[in-house]
Order: sequence, then structure tokens, then C-alpha cells
Amino acid sequence: MSHFAMVIDTRRCVGCYDCVVACKTENSVPEGFCRDWITEEVHGAFPTVQLEIRSERCNHCDNPPCVSCCPTGASHIHERGGIVLVTHDKCIGCKACIAACPYDARYVHPDGYVDKCTFCVHRVEKGLNPACVSVCPTHCMHFGDIDDPESEVSRLLQSRPHHTLMPEAGTEPRIFYLT
Amino acid sequence: MNTLTELTVSRHNPLIDPSLHVWEWQIPVYLFLGGLVAGLMIIAGVRLIAVQPKKREALICCTIGPLLGLAFLSLGMFVLFLDLSHKLYVWRLYTTFQITSPMSWGSWILLLVYPALTANALAHLPEAIPALATRFPVIVRWSDFILSRTRLVVGIGIANVLVGVALGIYTGILLGSLGARPLWNSALLGPLFLFSGLSTAAALLHGILIFTASEEERPAFADFLLSSLSRLAQARPLDQKVAPVLAGADNSFLTIEFGLLVLLLIGLLTSTAVHQAAAGLLLTGPYAAVFWVFVISLGIVVPLLLQTLELQNRIRHTIAPSVLVIAGGLALRFILVYAGQQSHWFHALN
Amino acid sequence: MYAIYIYMHIVHREAGYFMLNLSRRRFLKISAATIAAAGAYESSLRVLARNEKTKETGIRTVPTFCNLCFWECGAIATVRDGKLWKIEGNPLDPLSNGRLCPRGTGGIGAQFDPDRLRTPLIRVSKRGEEKWKSVTWDEALNYIADKMQKIKTEYGPESFAAFIHGLGGRFFKHTLRAYGTNNIAAPSFAQCRGPRDVGFTLTYGEGVGSPERTDIENAQCIVLIGSHLGENMHNTQVQEFADAVGRGATVIVADPRFSVAASKAKYYLPVKAGTDLALLLAWMNVIVGEKLYDKEYIDKYGFGFEQFATEVQSFTPEWAYPETGIDPELIRATAREMARYRPATLIHPGRHTSWYGDDAQRSRAIAILNALLGSWGRKGGFYVPAEVDIPAYPVPPYPKSEKPLADNPGNKYPFADEVISTGIREATLTGKPYPIKGWLVYATNLIYSLPNQEETIRAIQNLDLFVVIDTIGSEIAGWADVVLPESVYLERYDELHTEAFRKPFVALRQPVVEAPNNQKPNWWIAKSLAEKLGLGAYYPWKDIEDYLATRLKLAGYSFDQLKKDGVIHGANTAIYYEDGAPIVFDTPSGKIEFYSVQLQKAGFDPVPRYTRPDPQPAGSYRLLYGRAPMHSFSRTQTNPLLADLEDKNSVWVNAKEAERLGLRSGDYIRLRNLDGELSNKIRVKATERIRPDCVYMTHGWGHTSKMLRSAFGKGASDSQLITRYKTDPLMGGTGMNVNFVTIETEA
Repeated sequence: MSHFAMVIDTRRCVGCYDCVVACKTENSVPEGFCRDWITEEVHGAFPTVQLEIRSERCNHCDNPPCVSCCPTGASHIHERGGIVLVTHDKCIGCKACIAACPYDARYVHPDGYVDKCTFCVHRVEKGLNPACVSVCPTHCMHFGDIDDPESEVSRLLQSRPHHTLMPEAGTEPRIFYLT
Repeated sequence: MNTLTELTVSRHNPLIDPSLHVWEWQIPVYLFLGGLVAGLMIIAGVRLIAVQPKKREALICCTIGPLLGLAFLSLGMFVLFLDLSHKLYVWRLYTTFQITSPMSWGSWILLLVYPALTANALAHLPEAIPALATRFPVIVRWSDFILSRTRLVVGIGIANVLVGVALGIYTGILLGSLGARPLWNSALLGPLFLFSGLSTAAALLHGILIFTASEEERPAFADFLLSSLSRLAQARPLDQKVAPVLAGADNSFLTIEFGLLVLLLIGLLTSTAVHQAAAGLLLTGPYAAVFWVFVISLGIVVPLLLQTLELQNRIRHTIAPSVLVIAGGLALRFILVYAGQQSHWFHALN
Repeated sequence: MYAIYIYMHIVHREAGYFMLNLSRRRFLKISAATIAAAGAYESSLRVLARNEKTKETGIRTVPTFCNLCFWECGAIATVRDGKLWKIEGNPLDPLSNGRLCPRGTGGIGAQFDPDRLRTPLIRVSKRGEEKWKSVTWDEALNYIADKMQKIKTEYGPESFAAFIHGLGGRFFKHTLRAYGTNNIAAPSFAQCRGPRDVGFTLTYGEGVGSPERTDIENAQCIVLIGSHLGENMHNTQVQEFADAVGRGATVIVADPRFSVAASKAKYYLPVKAGTDLALLLAWMNVIVGEKLYDKEYIDKYGFGFEQFATEVQSFTPEWAYPETGIDPELIRATAREMARYRPATLIHPGRHTSWYGDDAQRSRAIAILNALLGSWGRKGGFYVPAEVDIPAYPVPPYPKSEKPLADNPGNKYPFADEVISTGIREATLTGKPYPIKGWLVYATNLIYSLPNQEETIRAIQNLDLFVVIDTIGSEIAGWADVVLPESVYLERYDELHTEAFRKPFVALRQPVVEAPNNQKPNWWIAKSLAEKLGLGAYYPWKDIEDYLATRLKLAGYSFDQLKKDGVIHGANTAIYYEDGAPIVFDTPSGKIEFYSVQLQKAGFDPVPRYTRPDPQPAGSYRLLYGRAPMHSFSRTQTNPLLADLEDKNSVWVNAKEAERLGLRSGDYIRLRNLDGELSNKIRVKATERIRPDCVYMTHGWGHTSKMLRSAFGKGASDSQLITRYKTDPLMGGTGMNVNFVTIETEA
């Protein structure tokens, strides 16, 4: 069984938004919406400042509250690598999953169904990286199978300190940020 | 790490940013109506079990209540439907049962509400609406069928109580299960909404009793508050058996609701920073005015006082407490749905 | 405890009256929002769907190269069912290494930009009123050719000038040279990289080029002086910079603003704006004083080191401290750090360097500091680039001009080695040394790229003919007599791309989809205009494919292969001195000039000296500007994909200053400069990431052109506030970071 995860190196990331725009074109994300975004966190006071820039998106949690609250099974965990997906024609647009997601990673698509990052499952199934990973000019993003100890993502997680977003929410996110 | 001084998020999705607002008026109205229907069911069920009628009576709790319940339930479901953004697929709710999804539970519970309420209403329907019985004699036969079987009557009563409790608690758990919103993230929302539903249901029935009382006893609707205040001296109890019971029950429900609300807030205030911040939204934050005025004062404390005075025969029964309780119940749902959507884990970063 | 500024929760403050607003909010319910959003989506799809007439189905890819900025990375565009779907880096391309920057990835948005120019326009009312009639290409070109001939007859061809940006301007230059003028300027010289290239040329005999010959890939210590790599997305550099950060290279950043690059730095020096030269001198003082320099290298290649060493003796870190505000020990520590890694220490030359008017000398100081560390021509410093040589298409020689260039009368700026755009503007204003009566502007928005907009607009009033060629209706187009719509890069062939780089290459731009309206490629416009001017002999080729194929054939390359691959690599050459790269210093001494006799002779400091910047008026902030990673100049704000990432700029205000002024992030303010110019309203970003005496905004916003409907009035324009500029006495560059603004809180 594979278990997909994304490992993002915040040391390399410059917050250029290439991941955001690549997602928009690859997935024809409608104008005014985004499946991924950039967060900047500033700590400290000038001139002793720390800045962490993160490319954020659905965390494809191992314990996804959006899936457990879905009344129709539209939100589900894909058999391939644990990717959290929404089946459009099962979604009734109740938006419970949106309220359930502590990362605010979902939105209502103009066509009515709830939409979000798919880890570019259509590409992953062909052995490609998600679009955001494949375009990143700083090579700060990595995608792979964390069940495989030899994979790049596993090795990065073994060798570098990292954190996830809001682990206290108990969702077991699968996007890791190297620091 | 030093103190977080800035957090900039580039995401700008409609209904999500800058803070979540996916649920507008439809959801609080639906939750309110759901609670009200739950309350009506439980009252109807308890009344049925308590009286165990052998013959038809004009029991407001078991006729008007269930009939209103059916109407409010339908209205509530319509309002919920209005909220759906992928409406054509609504039937998908009923091709599956998702055991972890309160909304899935709810959608099936809603289906059980109809037969339970209908059975309850049927028992006394010919007495309540004679014209209907004249036109459809079959209603009389059904009524007779039910009333002639005590176990069935009790069964219907129990069914109403159980489904009512499930419905009431579900409306709270629907929000309470959404851990991403700290304000909601308490199972106390279940009983809170249940008792709020009971109090609004009792208030509604109480109000109807007063409203349908004889002309001279009914205060003018427009100035009910003034009149109830000015007539303090000449207060006189409403000469009906059920009204004081309902008022008394309502007071109990309100007291319990108040207690649950206090517990909910204590739970939040003694929890993590995000939960404290969430409680702050109600207590001191942007929703404080609405919370203290409409939910606590006018929605709970004032009607509690008025009804206590009514029960002590210090003032006459008016519809004022009923209106206040109902408005308060609605305000509670609005404030929790809106403030809850604004409460967020990101506050944890400060 | 500092106040917490949380952008996304600003609306909290408004939440209190939700009850009162219920009736209004009801209209905002999801169904309405859905309809509106769906509408917007459909309209963009409609534009995308324009190619439906081709009835094309399936997926095809076309290699080309990007045009969102001057880096021009190799790319592969994908078309799905006849519509542009996406564009990605071409893995064969050494510039992008298969990865584009956000502008490149969003480049397809230029094709369905709602504010594209669609057809040739001729002005029908006063200049600047933006009232037009649509005309045919024939009418437009005849109109232009007639007026150009008239100018030629009355004033001589030199009285027609041009401002051109980028590769796409090559054919216009060709037509204009054939017509007889050399007054062809690029704001990229005097308003951007000119001071740097002059400073380096004075030191090494040549500039750093574009793409810069910086070997960030192998640098172990990278020093950035105001360069905000990562916010400017010069693709190769950013990729190499991220690699360097990833492998733990020492990064030293001096900037009044805590840039993204600063967040990656081991040392951040919050230098006072305008004092970089003092810092550079102090660094050199430490390196010379502590003998940390590369003696062998300097002995071999240096000229005038002793005089230089004497000259910098007095510029101690203690001397620099009150100027720069940087702790002397920090100056020493960073100087030693640079020396530790030499020659793999790169003091980055920057690109946009027209800041304070002392820019060529500051750039020269950077060049000298690199020379001290022996990094020029060395691994981890500056490599020696090579270029694929493609012979020009044989054409007749250009007519010889009898007049000197108009931009620099009397050689006032003796070290200007390109045409000074502001000099052309000056000549147009004054009529001296001779009148300038016609302008052609290609792909540069002069209103935004030249300082002092009023001078530009006044100069335009003196013109008999003003032609603007662009893809969108920029502010400068609004002032034109004739506006010609160019097809975007995804719809056209272009000149071959053969910049000098670490790996020589030639790249091809070729059409991916058809132009949706009546737009034409630059080569067609330039060729047609030449033919109207009777200069057809200069365009002996049938069409661009003929031109490109012929040139490639002359160089021994196959056009078909280039069409298929997009990029062809030339033979790699040695790029470091130690590997046998040619060591040539085209200076008067033939060596690296630590001391410049030619500067001394011309009356300038032979070794750079520091001049204290003008004092800052009390209560004002120095206006700094820079780049956002997802936008290029003032040219991409209407690109729907890029505007969706950022649709207006913010002004950075130091958090404590903001608190003092009662401002929070998201509040709108206006800025007023010392000449009374008042900006459009702009959001505050209250941040710990900037000095309290500066404010900062990204360039290119606050559009005022009616033709840029989707960007109109969004954000504020730094250019509008840059009414003052300090001209570099060496080369005529315009230092533009010399404006001070006050904050008006009532937006």
C-alpha cells in the first residue's frame, strides 16, 4: 500500500506563487478560487525577524474530518495512497466538510459541488508529480510515498526537522514542512 | 520562536475568506426549526404517555403541536434544501448511510419524524379539526384504531419522545462534531439545542394557549409587553389547566438551557487558547451585544422571570415570554452558527 | 507584546452588526455568489473557447519561449481541444531547467487577457483622452509612414526616436535604423541595469550581461545588496539561489527591508537607505586592512591596487556605522565571512540599480569588492559566458547618420554606453540638440518606467507622431496617436534567442495558437512599416519562417529540429579562468581597474567615494519599490491568472510606526510626496519587515488607463510618486529611490 505525502522545504521556498498558478491552469480552477495558497508567518521584531513561507493546500489527512462528516460519502479516501477526494456527483453541497476542515482547504465550486486539492491524482496515477511540485522553481516541494522508507519524502522526514499544520487538531495531516 | 507578529494568508476563496461564512441564515433557521420540532415531539410524546387517552380530547400538545411540528419540519427541510449548493444531488442523502456523519444520521432521523408526529396527531385529529374528520371519515377510523389500543398510544408516545430527543440532540451535534470550529466543538451543544428546542416548543404551545384564550383575557398583541407590565397589580392567572404546566415546564427547560450554556462556556474558557478565543467571541467580542441582550437577557432571564411571576399569579399569563423565548432560541442558533464559523484554530498561533 | 496583525481576520471588526445586516446579507447567499462566480468563470472560458472554430480536439504541445519578462525561459505550451491549457518549462532549456516562474506558468493568461488590444487605433480627440477609431492595418501603417516621411523631410530621420524593451523590438530597431535614426533607447539602461553595467565595465571592461553571469550555483557565500531574489523571479538565479540556501551557503543581505532573501540569510544588515556605498567601502577597508584579499589574483590581473588600498584606509567600519546604522562588528564579521569563502563569494551585482544617483560608483564598488575576493572569472563568482553565434540575415548597410545621438549632448554623461531614454525625453522637451518630432514605443510603458510622469507627458505634446505598439492598452498607449496591437508571444514567431550563458543555446519562439482578433506579430508590423516607407530592401525575406530558417542554416542548425525541440544547445566552452576560459579585460589598462584613470581624467572619483544621501524630512518616509514575484513591470496586472494571485499592491509600513499612526494591516491610506503628488488609495501592510524610516510597495499598480479596465484603480503607483530623480553623473541613469512621502490616513 502506498501512502502519499508532500514534504515542503520552507528554507528553500520563496513564496513565488508558482505552485498556486500551476494548480490553477492544470486543474482549470475557476477564476477567483484557489486550491493552494501561500502563507507567511512573521515572528520577532525588526530587525531580528524570522519569516516562514509555506505553500499550503488540503493536507490529505489520515484522520480527515471532512470525510467523516460527509453525509453522502462524496468526500472519501481514495484507495490509491490515501488521497482525500470529493466525488462531484455524490456531493449535495451541504458544506459540512468545509466547516469541518481546520485548514479551510475546501470551497464551493461555481458548479455547486465542493472542490479542493486532489494531489493531482490524474497525474499521480500516471506516475507524475502533482502540478505544484513539478513546476516549483526552487525545488522546495517533494511528493511521494511515506510508507516506502527509501522514498525521497521518507528520507527527508528522517533527516530534517519538520512540522505539520495544527497537529493539535488531530487530523494527522500528510503535508510536512521542513524547517 | 519569537512572538508571532504577522500572519498573511493569500487564499481568497469566496465564502471561506477572510473568515468562514459558508452558512448563512438557512442553517440557523433550520437548526431552530429542528429544535422546535424536537421539543414539540417530546412534549407531545410525554403528554400522550401521561394522559394515555382512551377517548378523543382537544389536547393542544398532541394535536396542534404535532401538526405544527409537521409544518415546521417541512419548512425546515425546505430551508435546508435552499442552503445546498448542489441541489440536484440531494437524493444522494438517501442512497447511503454514513455512520460517522451526523448529517447522515439527521437525514434519516428526519424521515422518522414524519410517521411519529403523524401518528401522534392522528389520535386526536377529529377532535382538533372536526371539519377534516367530516370530510375524510377515514381519519376517525384511524383515530379510533389508535385510541383503542393503549399500548399503541404509549408506543407512539415513546416513539415521539425518542425521535424527538434524537432530533434535538442531532441539531446540536451537527455543529458539535465540527472540531475545526472551536466554538462548536462540544457535545454539550446536543443537550443545549435539545433543551433550547424544548423551551421554544413549550413557549410556542403556551403562547398559542394564551392567544386562543377568550377575547377579554387576551392582551393586545402589539402592546403585550406594556400591558403585562402595567397590569402587574391586576394580575390574574389564566384559567386553564395546561398553561401553568407549560409555563412551569418552560421554566425548567430554560433553566437547564441556561445551565448548559454556562457549562459550554466554562468548558471553552478552561480549554486551549483557541477555545478561550472562541468563547470570547460571545462574551466580549463582536457577538457580545447580541449574546447578552438577545440570548441571555431577553431570551432566557426575562421570560424566566415573567413566567415565574405568572406561576406565582403575580401577573397574568401573556404571550410576552413565549415570544421572547422563541426569539431567544432563534438568536441562539444565529449567534452560534455565525460566531462558530469565525472561531478558528489559527488563533492558536498568537 | 506587539499587536497581532492578522490579515484574514480583519473582517472580525465588522461582524458585530450581522444581525442588523441580515436582510442585506441575504442577497449574498450562496446561490447568488455561485451565479456571479459561475458567470465570471464562463466569461473567461468564452475567451478561451475562441479557437473553437478550428474544431481541434485532443492534446498537442508546442515548444516556445516565454515573454513575461526579459529572462525568456524555454517553455512548452499544451493545447487541449484547441484551447491553451497550460505552459511548462522546457527541460532542454538551460535557463529554466524545465521549470518556469509564476509569471511564466501564468503566461497563458496573457492570451485571454480581457484588456488586450484588438485592432489598430487612431486617436480622434486630444492626446491622452483615449478616444479612438478602429482602423485597418493598412490605414494605420499608411498614417504612420506618411508622418514619418514628413518628419524625415522636415527635420531629418534622427528626429524620430524610439523606446523599446525586449527581444521583440529587434525588428523595429532594424526598420528605424534603415529609416536613418539611431535614437533608439531602452529604459532598461538608464532606469534599470545601466549603472551596474557601467560600473562593471569601468572595472572589468565588460558588464555582467543578461542573464547575469553570476555563478550562484557554485557560490558558497552570496551577498545581496538590495537584490530581492525570490521576489524578483529571475528564474535561473532564483533556482540557483534556492539550491545555495538548501546546501547551506552563507547568505548576507543588506536591505532596508527584511526581504524574502533576508529571511534566508545568515546575516541580515538593515542598512539605512542610500548608504550602501559606505557599507561597501567599510567591507573593502576590512578586507584590505586585514589582508583578506586574493593577493595572487590581484597581482596577476589588478591595476591600481596600491592607490585603491590607500584610498579605502579611512573608511573603517566605525566610520560607516553612523552612516549605515550597521554595527561595526557585524561589518567585520560579514567581511571576514566573504573572505573565508573566496573566490566562491559572489557579491551580487543586482539588476535594477538606479536608486540614489551614485549608482554607477556603487556598482563599481561591488565590482571592486568582487575583484578583491578574486571572484570574477572564478567558480562560485562570475563565470565567463558563451553565446551561440548565428549570422545575421544579409541586408543592405544602414544609412549613415550625420547627427550625433540626441540623448547625451556634449557627452555630458561620458560613460553612458547606451542611449539614455530620459535624454531622448529631454531632447524632445527642449528641442536640443535638435528637435525630436516622432516617437515609437514598443512594449514598454514609459509612464511607469520613466521617472516624473509629467515630464514624459509634456514631451509627448511636442511630437508630430506618437506610435505605441503593445499587447495591452497601457498608460503610454493612452497618449499615442496610433496604437498597434501586437499578438502575444503564444501567437507569433519572434527573433531567435541566443543570450550569452553558461551553456550556449539557441531558442525559438513559435506560435501555439492563433491571435484571436486583428493583432499582428512584431516582425510583420516592422516589415510592413518598412515596406510602406520604401525600405523593403531591408526585408529581403518572404516571411519570418524564411528569415529564421535562413539564419539557422547559415549557422548550421536545422529549423525543423528547433521547431520540434524549442532549444538547441551549442558547444560548451570553459567558463572559469582555471579551466581555460579567455581572460580579457577590455579596460584602458587591460586589467581589472581598482583605480580608474579614465574616471579620474573625466573628473570623477577614481576609487568610489561615499556621499551622504539628502537628509530625510521629518515625518516623512523614503519610498522604496520592488517586484512582486507574480507580476512583471506594469504589464501583467490584467492577466487574469496573475491578477488572481495578486490584484493590488500594499504599502509596507513598519509595525511600530503603523501602531503610532493608528493603522492596521488592511486599512487604506494614501501617500503624498514632497511635490504634493497624492497616490491612489492603498492597503497598509503593517510589518516588522521594514525600517521605520521607509515605506515599500511593489511596482506596476494603480493603473489609470481606461483601456486596462480589469486593473484600473487597483493599488497605488510608485511611478506616480517618483517625481524626483537623481541623475548619475557618470552615465545618466536616474536614481529613483530619492522620493519621500507622508501618510494620509483618510483614504
